[in-house]
Amino acid sequence: MSKTLLHLNGLTKTYPGVIANDDVSFDIAAGEIHALLGENGAGKSTLVKMIYGLVRPDHGTMQMEGVSFVPAEPRAARAVGVAMVFQHFSLFEALSVAENIALGMENPPKANALSARITEVSQSYGLPLDPERLVGDLSAGERQRVEIIRCLLQEPKLLIMDEPTSVLTPQEVTTLFTTLRKLKDEGTSILYISHKLEEIRALCETATILRGGKKVATCDPREKSARDLAEMMVGGKLNLAESKETTLGEVVLEISDLSLPPQSAFGTSLRNISLRLHRGEILGIGGVAGNGQDELLACMSGEVITTAEAIQLNGLSLGHMSPNERRTLGVLAAPEERLGHAAAPDMSLTENAMLTAMTRKSLSKSGFLDWPRAKDFAEQVIKKFDVRTPGPQSAARSLSGGNLQKFVIGREVLQDPSVLIVNQPTWGVDAAAAADIRQALLDLAAKGASVIVISQDLDELMEISTSFAALNAGRLSAARPMAELSLDEIGLLLGGADAAA
Amino acid sequence: MLRLEKRPNPSKIWGYLAPVLAVIATMIGGGVMFALLGKDPFEAIRIIFYDPLFSEFAWYYRPQLLIKGAPLILIAIGLSMGFRAGIWNIGAEGQYIIGAICGAGAALAVYPLESALIFPVMILCGAIGGFAWAMIPAILKTKFGTNEILVSLMLVYVAEQLLASMSLGLMKNPEGFGFPGSRNLQHYASAHNAELWVGSGIHLGVVFALIAVIFGYIMLARHQMGFHIRLMGESPKAARFAGVNPNKLVIYCLGFSGALAGLAGMFEVAGPSGQISIDFNVGYGFTAIIVAFLGRLNPFGIMLAGLLMALTYIGGEIAQSSLGLPSAAIQAFQGMLLFFLLALDMLTNFKIKLANAEVRT
Repeated sequence: MSKTLLHLNGLTKTYPGVIANDDVSFDIAAGEIHALLGENGAGKSTLVKMIYGLVRPDHGTMQMEGVSFVPAEPRAARAVGVAMVFQHFSLFEALSVAENIALGMENPPKANALSARITEVSQSYGLPLDPERLVGDLSAGERQRVEIIRCLLQEPKLLIMDEPTSVLTPQEVTTLFTTLRKLKDEGTSILYISHKLEEIRALCETATILRGGKKVATCDPREKSARDLAEMMVGGKLNLAESKETTLGEVVLEISDLSLPPQSAFGTSLRNISLRLHRGEILGIGGVAGNGQDELLACMSGEVITTAEAIQLNGLSLGHMSPNERRTLGVLAAPEERLGHAAAPDMSLTENAMLTAMTRKSLSKSGFLDWPRAKDFAEQVIKKFDVRTPGPQSAARSLSGGNLQKFVIGREVLQDPSVLIVNQPTWGVDAAAAADIRQALLDLAAKGASVIVISQDLDELMEISTSFAALNAGRLSAARPMAELSLDEIGLLLGGADAAA
Repeated sequence: MLRLEKRPNPSKIWGYLAPVLAVIATMIGGGVMFALLGKDPFEAIRIIFYDPLFSEFAWYYRPQLLIKGAPLILIAIGLSMGFRAGIWNIGAEGQYIIGAICGAGAALAVYPLESALIFPVMILCGAIGGFAWAMIPAILKTKFGTNEILVSLMLVYVAEQLLASMSLGLMKNPEGFGFPGSRNLQHYASAHNAELWVGSGIHLGVVFALIAVIFGYIMLARHQMGFHIRLMGESPKAARFAGVNPNKLVIYCLGFSGALAGLAGMFEVAGPSGQISIDFNVGYGFTAIIVAFLGRLNPFGIMLAGLLMALTYIGGEIAQSSLGLPSAAIQAFQGMLLFFLLALDMLTNFKIKLANAEVRT
């Protein structure tokens, strides 16, 4: 074993009512890629925030290369060589790459010198990036490169990466892994946070698993199966979604030649989208966020009106209909953004149940609302979908991401849709909740409904979809049976090459 | 250092406590201001809050409370609907004036005819006048995306000019010896909005204000439209997802508040004021904004807030005459009420914590 870079000893952090980290100790060796695994809420974020100086531990110590390390703020952490790439980028879309990087530096060099440095670093690590381009025009993968290069310019000893592959295509993941391995060979340690087990088994030589704030184990992920790791993470047997064999029925929903101009300055236009959805089919639509996913969902939910004929349900044109008219027909949707789009943050779960179920669950009689029935329905969703909450009177924002997502999906599923469109159904949701949500979608399709799942998570799409299409720059590839596709072909489709053409 | 931390659920206790504490804080802040002006703060506070209700002249002031409170409540109920949806009608004063002109105009047009139909027609005209005036910002906003705050506010000044022109021209009393102002509707039996019980202060406008409170409550708590209004204010994106048409909501909220403001103006001109005159409007339309927020945009809260605000008006007038307080001091005092309320209101959704050394980004 090589020498220890960072030694964590008994780190404990308590928030009112929650122990985020409880006596966590492990070592990160110099030049290793160390995985930090755990469900949402397991304490991964708090732990790395302590290392990065964003949060101070209540107890415990850290030693960096044998010297006591007590970062009071991120600047102090950066000064000793800790850098971090966050899951959510902090970039200004209206500024260029070089300007964005200069903003994050304490003493930015002159613009020309900086651009030259960026080009140099980007070439030596295989991360092509033009310093003069506007960030607003970059793909998610390219934006991540900006964040990585921003870190690499500091020549860090420890690079912390928080869920880096969640927004990348398979090809981009391969590029990223090449870069990370090169960094490792040069002696940089990487703390790699993820819940994607296959990735960790491919990349990391050590993994520390957290559950409920406590360290469960430190092991070599290459020696464990993905299932073993998942069960250590969840602390019990994992219910993997089981798909039942279904034969596709008749065409239920047909979209033909749907186009939409961009709705905002950085919005995406939809171009000539056509698809056919069969009874019992789960169509997975892959693609990196920002390629028209939100726009497609808005067209389907009725938040954006298109020409009437563009969307047809069993031959009935509905492109011009309002959201509630579509709900009456059985076309339901669950948008990506849980708080503030799918649910109103400050409203109770009962009120949020009313939000979409008013028409289909007859919660409104000649304009007057039946709150007791809405409460019953909210309770039904909470019970059937195992939403952890004190009750239907709780505000939506008081729920954790996974619980709220279960509520949002459950609310639509229990309205017995004939077509359900969901966008990123398990984004930021813990493994157990994600498995439940996937199972609910599979069950729904098995009962004869048609489902469109828009997701960036390819593992998820491969697990549950019967067919697959990729959304790239507002264009949708032809849908193909999932079973026929290889990972490479999927990657090419995501990159914009229509394999059918 | 103090730090604000968002509560997971809004606090019910603070929801009720905040207005009460705001009134107490205003008494303290106002007392300090009165003391700095060289007046006895305790006496001033007593005159403003206690005398109108319990002094030996309370028999005169108590009906005044209803007469001044009713238009405030009527207008504030209308405004609160829009405020909840994030639609800011700042021009209720203008809609109030136009409602009064239309209501009085309907009566003056048929003077001196006596008929039981005249008063209902005046009510209708008052509501339609306010509604139409509010439709100007509403249609400009939905068709051209203009800002309803600016347009509705600007239209107040247009309405004031129209009011002046009416009292000097078209509506001037032909038997008024050349003085500006219309005939006094109090002397026109069919058009007079008289007290229902003599000496009670209760005229038909007070009854309408009470109906508006109940209507507003049912609307927000039980009706789809009220739910959509709240949803729009909470989260516009979620509202669209729920199927709310934002343009319809703008038309509805501005129209409803305009109609209520117009009604208030009509009841005022036909009753307590009696005539269209250059200085007919006294700022009810603006004060109602304070009332709406003081009442936490809740219909019953608005009812209490309207009465409280009327109390400070009446008490303020007594303090002006008996203590010689400048009228600006009374206005500042009313402003403090809104200031403290908005500040304390934070505590329903946030709690104050002593910040530890932890650094956050």
